[in-house]
Amino acid sequence: MWFTYLKDQVMNTNYIKVGALESESIYIFREVVAQFEKPVVLFSGGKDSITLVRLAQKAFYPAKIPFPLLHIDTGHNFPETIEFRDRLAEELGVELIVRNVQDTINSGKVKEESGKYASRNGLQTATLLDAIEEFGFDACIGGARRDEEKARAKERIFSVRDDFGQWDEKNQRPELFDMLNGRIALGQNVRVFPISNWTELDVWSYIQKEKIEIPSIYFAHKRETFIRDGLIWSANDDIVFREKDEEVKERIVRFRTVGDMSCTAAVLSKAENIETVVKEIRTSTISERGARIDDKRSEAAMEKRKQQGYF
Amino acid sequence: MNVLKIATAGSVDDGKSTLIGRILYDTKSLTEDKLQAIREKSKQRGFDYLDFSLATDGLVAEREQGITIDVAHIYFSTLNTSFIIADTPGHIEYTRNMVTGASNSQVSIVLVDARNGVVEQTYRHFFINNLLRVKDIIIAVNKMDLVEYSEEKFNQIKEEIKFIADKSGYQNQNIKFVPISALHGDNVVEKSTKISWYTGKSLLEYLEGLHLNDTQDYSQTRFPIQTVIRPKTENYHDFRGYAGKLYGGDLAVGDKVTVLPSGTNSTIKKIHFFDKEYQVGKKGSSVNITLKDDVNISRGDMLVKQGEEPKIVRELDATICWMDKTPLKLADKYYIKHGVNEAQVKITGLSSLIHTDFSGKQDQPEQLSLNEIGEISLKTSKSLFVDSFKENKANGTFILINTKTNNTAGVGFIK
Repeated sequence: MWFTYLKDQVMNTNYIKVGALESESIYIFREVVAQFEKPVVLFSGGKDSITLVRLAQKAFYPAKIPFPLLHIDTGHNFPETIEFRDRLAEELGVELIVRNVQDTINSGKVKEESGKYASRNGLQTATLLDAIEEFGFDACIGGARRDEEKARAKERIFSVRDDFGQWDEKNQRPELFDMLNGRIALGQNVRVFPISNWTELDVWSYIQKEKIEIPSIYFAHKRETFIRDGLIWSANDDIVFREKDEEVKERIVRFRTVGDMSCTAAVLSKAENIETVVKEIRTSTISERGARIDDKRSEAAMEKRKQQGYF
Repeated sequence: MNVLKIATAGSVDDGKSTLIGRILYDTKSLTEDKLQAIREKSKQRGFDYLDFSLATDGLVAEREQGITIDVAHIYFSTLNTSFIIADTPGHIEYTRNMVTGASNSQVSIVLVDARNGVVEQTYRHFFINNLLRVKDIIIAVNKMDLVEYSEEKFNQIKEEIKFIADKSGYQNQNIKFVPISALHGDNVVEKSTKISWYTGKSLLEYLEGLHLNDTQDYSQTRFPIQTVIRPKTENYHDFRGYAGKLYGGDLAVGDKVTVLPSGTNSTIKKIHFFDKEYQVGKKGSSVNITLKDDVNISRGDMLVKQGEEPKIVRELDATICWMDKTPLKLADKYYIKHGVNEAQVKITGLSSLIHTDFSGKQDQPEQLSLNEIGEISLKTSKSLFVDSFKENKANGTFILINTKTNNTAGVGFIK
């Protein structure tokens, strides 16, 4: 037995066995460029889309990533995320396209929500669909994972959408073995999810293993916050609605998932580096989307938004 | 970390979703907020137990009807292994979903209701698992609490299953039997104290013990080219890499290879993965390969080791599972996708419709409808490089695509 063990150790220095999940994701990226004319990565600046970008880089190295990044900017993003986004695109030499929800609101196509739970999360869909039409994207690659939410658990890797971006959840194409069918009619497009089978822990472990840089808000920092419904919100009165009696206090927090400031809550944490973050995720008893108010509107919140073209 | 992909199959009320919920709960994979949602919903519906199916039935229609419609993917992990469950509906109308789930799985859990024993659908699950050559099968005899944990009942079901297994003729299948109660958690994760006559492992213990020895599935190496990488930058001016995933076996620097369909010979120069080079690329790895000679290669071509060429064909015989609303008929035309290679096909023969209860075949049927399985012959518009499914899983399957709707219409297993 010790002999086989030894042999494996020696061999380790010169063979490559790519992990099943990483290999699958790279395979998917390559299928996208082969099957579509105008793919784009939907980039939010969050850990999942950063992981996506790293996988895309690996899939085509030494060539550059052969498609642009598209960010639908709600105007409610954390400034750290925006700064990070711009820097990453520049370092990789990838084109970054930004489209603003504010412009869609100004054009009168959508109406801003108001009040206590106002969020621009749902409004992103209109801006996204406009951008898809403007550039003629036929494949939009996103970092959604099946373990995040129960409607997403039913999602395909290649998910066909019609002109209205609608997801027909009861009539999805079966996906067999590795074969991905990207044939579409004019006007349709496909949402592609290369990290469908990754879990939150897989993503964090990968970030740790690959030493991938992520925005600072994922690590413990001091922040002005207030508490509502048992969740910790950033005190930024321009973006996040706050009642007079909701008291602002400085807390040491970090973000586990990063969406808009108005729909992403922080968690109390002292995890200052990737090692301690991974440790914290391993032992957590609350799910990642537990801190996302956009999912809490109703039991079918995600499914409804997806039917209308949301990611 | 090992990844184990599992498919679950069972009839409508076998308690499949309950079983999955139970696994999640007992492995502490259900987080407190998700659990709280299940508690509230169960109470609201007037149940005096936790309805774990609420954790997995993700669509509104599923929760309304209390049944699973589509394949759902569920994730959990123990210390050494990450598990991915493809939860598939058991009803006959969803045969295609069962096939889909099984196509992406290494092991299958078949649920049997202890009160009803083997039913029509159990036959179908076996049939599909055999068609897809799923090697490891765990029969979970559920609802043991409702038959007073009777050993006699369990053994009776075991005999019935063995009878089916003998009929199916798949020699190397590994079948294990576990008596469980998903509702109460007996023998799911923890060994039950109520079933003292059972000396085997719990369901999860069996799953964890399935050391997937990759070498078991080794066959000849197939490297289908997905895309050609040409950076065209100063540093990599003449770089021409062939990107793809290794199926069947490995490839090493210095290996003599043949390019299909041209038949040109060359030698592996380098094996790249991202910014590093390796001597050997292992099966299952998505790599980027360069050759010593300047060869004309494009997407859909295949690299194989010299002397290990697959069959190069323009005609095929296959077993097919039909997945489209439009039935398959003689002389119909479809697109075929064989791995990453695409062509057009014409159906030149429809010799049988196979009954999934092992009762035989119907010869020369008029057509194959949604969820039916049959034997067909095809003629392709260009050469494909194929193996039989028995010899080489990845290179032995294909899908047919409806030319009007672009829907995936069927999956074939090459003979």
